[in-house]
Amino acid sequence: MGETIKVGMADLKICKEPDSLTTIGLGSCVGIALYDPLTKISGLAHIMLPDSTQIKNNSVIAKFADTGIKKLYDDMIKAGANRTRIVAKIAGGARMFALKNAATSSINIGDRNVEASKAMLKQLRIPLLAEDTGLNYGRTVILDSNTGDYIIRSVGKDTKTI
Amino acid sequence: MSNLSLEEVNELYLDVLKEIGNIGAGNATTAIANMLNLRINMHVPKVELLPVEKIGSSIGAEDEIIVGIMLGVEHDIEGSMMFLMDMQSARHLVNRLMMKPADYEGEFDEMDLSAIKEIGNIIAGSYLSALSGLTNLVIMPTVPYVAVDMAAAILSVPAIQFGMLGDNALMIKTEFGDDFAINGYFILMPEEGSYDKILKALGIPL
Repeated sequence: MGETIKVGMADLKICKEPDSLTTIGLGSCVGIALYDPLTKISGLAHIMLPDSTQIKNNSVIAKFADTGIKKLYDDMIKAGANRTRIVAKIAGGARMFALKNAATSSINIGDRNVEASKAMLKQLRIPLLAEDTGLNYGRTVILDSNTGDYIIRSVGKDTKTI
Repeated sequence: MSNLSLEEVNELYLDVLKEIGNIGAGNATTAIANMLNLRINMHVPKVELLPVEKIGSSIGAEDEIIVGIMLGVEHDIEGSMMFLMDMQSARHLVNRLMMKPADYEGEFDEMDLSAIKEIGNIIAGSYLSALSGLTNLVIMPTVPYVAVDMAAAILSVPAIQFGMLGDNALMIKTEFGDDFAINGYFILMPEEGSYDKILKALGIPL
């Protein structure tokens, strides 16, 4: 077992075998795991918002699905991953509170983050192998670079591996 | 009309929010004290402006389980607000309210969760009526919703809301209690434009 490297909110990191990447307590945010099974180069991005072009203040690249996934992909290729081999798994995008009619634009943000992440993966031609998204609870995720396993832990639920 | 970002919020505004927090927390404390028939002391609230990325760990460990109560805010200003408590504080208040033994530590059942919603109603209502009283704006809360989950997951909601407006989030910490200190956190999340309305209503030049 190598080190477990922490990825914060609006943050992205890459690692190599035998290290792992983790991000704690994804709520409405989405954790996008990219993996090259041959070189075992792994990347994890913790994005908060779907679209950097909709926001005035968009300097933090890893905050947005569009710019964050692109940066993670570029970083992995720079580190030696092959663009034709990179695959993706995603988790998160929950709706933490079931507010129905309140006047707040963040209500469906979890769904929108998931949609935007998928759209960006499609644009970069990265196959999405698995997802654990939506519903109403938080997720802690770990990407194991040895296997490409994406391990998901939630409060009061069994650990899931996708 | 200018659209202030939180970065441009000045010291004066922080003071105003602190005062609102103070009055609101005072009202809330009195209401809870009456409900539980206790004498409660409270400390002056602490207002903090923190980077959005740090909000997930602002209450404690990111994976610590906390209780979050969220309400929509509507009418003259739009947005939402949240009241957060650590597990110990929530358990303590619920035990008091539901007349369970003080050291009871079981999981929250349905009745407990509705007691938490009621606490949320009282606390948020008190806070909002302070804001409303100072600004003369009509501010109505919606029905509260409760989540019991990892701090980072619950706090991702305000982080995202603030993240749309800028890079900082505003958090008010209150502490009250008798022999047992309750730690609570308020987060007011106005939609774009609502900060301006609050400032204008308070007569602060933009």
